[in-house]
Amino acid sequence: MQSLTEQSPLGTYIEHVKKGELAYQVTDDGKAVFYPRAVAPVTGGTLEWRVSKGLGTVYSTTAMYFKGEAPLNVALIDMDEGFRLMSRVEDIDAIEVKIGLRVKFRAHPGDDKQAPYPVFTPAEGSK
Amino acid sequence: MSGLTRGSVAVVGAAESDLGLVAPNTSPLDLMAQGTMRALDDAGLKLSDVDGLFVAASQTRMGPMVLAEYLRIKPRYFDGTIIGGSSFMTHVAHAQVAIEHGLCEVAVIAYGSTQRSVSRAAASPREYNYYESPYRPILPISAYAMAAARHMHQYGTTREQLAEVAVAARQWALLNPKAWEKEPLTIEQVLNARMVSYPFTVRDCCLVVDGGGAIVLTSADRAKSLKKKPAYVLGVGEAISHNSISSMPDLTVTAASESGPQAYKMAGIKPSDVDMLSLYDAFTITPILFLEDLGFCPKGEGGRFVQGGAIAPGGKLPVNTSGGGLSYCHPGMYGLLVMIEAIRQVRGECGARQVPDCNIALAHGNGGVLSSQCTVIFGSEAAL
Repeated sequence: MQSLTEQSPLGTYIEHVKKGELAYQVTDDGKAVFYPRAVAPVTGGTLEWRVSKGLGTVYSTTAMYFKGEAPLNVALIDMDEGFRLMSRVEDIDAIEVKIGLRVKFRAHPGDDKQAPYPVFTPAEGSK
Repeated sequence: MSGLTRGSVAVVGAAESDLGLVAPNTSPLDLMAQGTMRALDDAGLKLSDVDGLFVAASQTRMGPMVLAEYLRIKPRYFDGTIIGGSSFMTHVAHAQVAIEHGLCEVAVIAYGSTQRSVSRAAASPREYNYYESPYRPILPISAYAMAAARHMHQYGTTREQLAEVAVAARQWALLNPKAWEKEPLTIEQVLNARMVSYPFTVRDCCLVVDGGGAIVLTSADRAKSLKKKPAYVLGVGEAISHNSISSMPDLTVTAASESGPQAYKMAGIKPSDVDMLSLYDAFTITPILFLEDLGFCPKGEGGRFVQGGAIAPGGKLPVNTSGGGLSYCHPGMYGLLVMIEAIRQVRGECGARQVPDCNIALAHGNGGVLSSQCTVIFGSEAAL
């Protein structure tokens, strides 16, 4: 098991996002795990890091209405490798993001208060 | 739950604190204490009779300690399990364990909130989560909105069907003098209200008000000698399935599909034996999901089930006769009040909204983002 005095699961994950990569973990029997953990769920075993190909499908979605702002999307994305994460689909009106839409990962740079984080855009050729 | 005995304990006192908007500087503890004394009075018991204390609240982390200090009581048994709005159903199950084993005899379950007075953001601050917070989800609303969107996608559920839930709740609320909302509501008004998180308008969302209350449980033997007709605990069930919405395996299936069968098995009943339902209606999608997961209609049929006033006064199944979290009261963790209505229905105390011959009432609590699901089935003496 990785020493938590040297590096945290989230720290490793953010290092990948900074390089423009969406990382996830797999268990001994090859099952995808997200969010990153120090211990494998269910088995309690070890985890290995992988980098996703970055393609996924919108599992569910909502458009949020904040005062004085354009509607903002939040969605749950099922990645082709078999894990799900919360994210936002950009470059498309929030209300036009539909369940089943194919999407592609992009790293959002964050800012001085927020570490970089994954967002998505409609994948080429998707409806 | 297996290991517990049907009807071994009963609710003997139940009361709300003051509800709605309380005076400035009222504390959640003031409301808990007020609810506790009203519930004890309802039972014909005194504060000195209380030897078990169960507390959950969002504005104080160490509930049993703070309420025991406030009331200057020294409970033999206490529990502060907090799993959101269903915490109090869990407290009933845990109180039953404690009473059956002689760890306490008179248990008080209490709750209080001043979220309307101090604001929701102050009453229920969200924990930062790197994997969710950057996307600014309006929690818990957006999580439930995504469950609704998924249900609409998979099963053809419509916004009009969601709105039926809010309209039914309002019709019941108009029969409840304690309800916050006093004006009628139409499907069109729900659909045309301010959009918050699609498909939810503000009328698909529960109220944000102050409130609290308490219930008192004791053994079935002791219950017989007290003031009111006992509401026996026939069955309990509890289940947790996830914490964050990204980790919920299927957004259209809740762990009520586990807690419900546990409670039915213990009670020795089936859904068709239930006379009324009190279902945690944080949002219009939740009663639809719970009607399915608790076995009142097949999976996916909940939207069609509630159509045409089916759960409104005069409909085929009485649901949320108080007016629910949507129109009666929602102080943030509404599960205690969900049970109080079911208890009153079994006692026959509901006046204009009383369900005739109500001998079995099911109260279902929900917590977090569809995360914790707990079911309690109450029965009158006739149901024993």
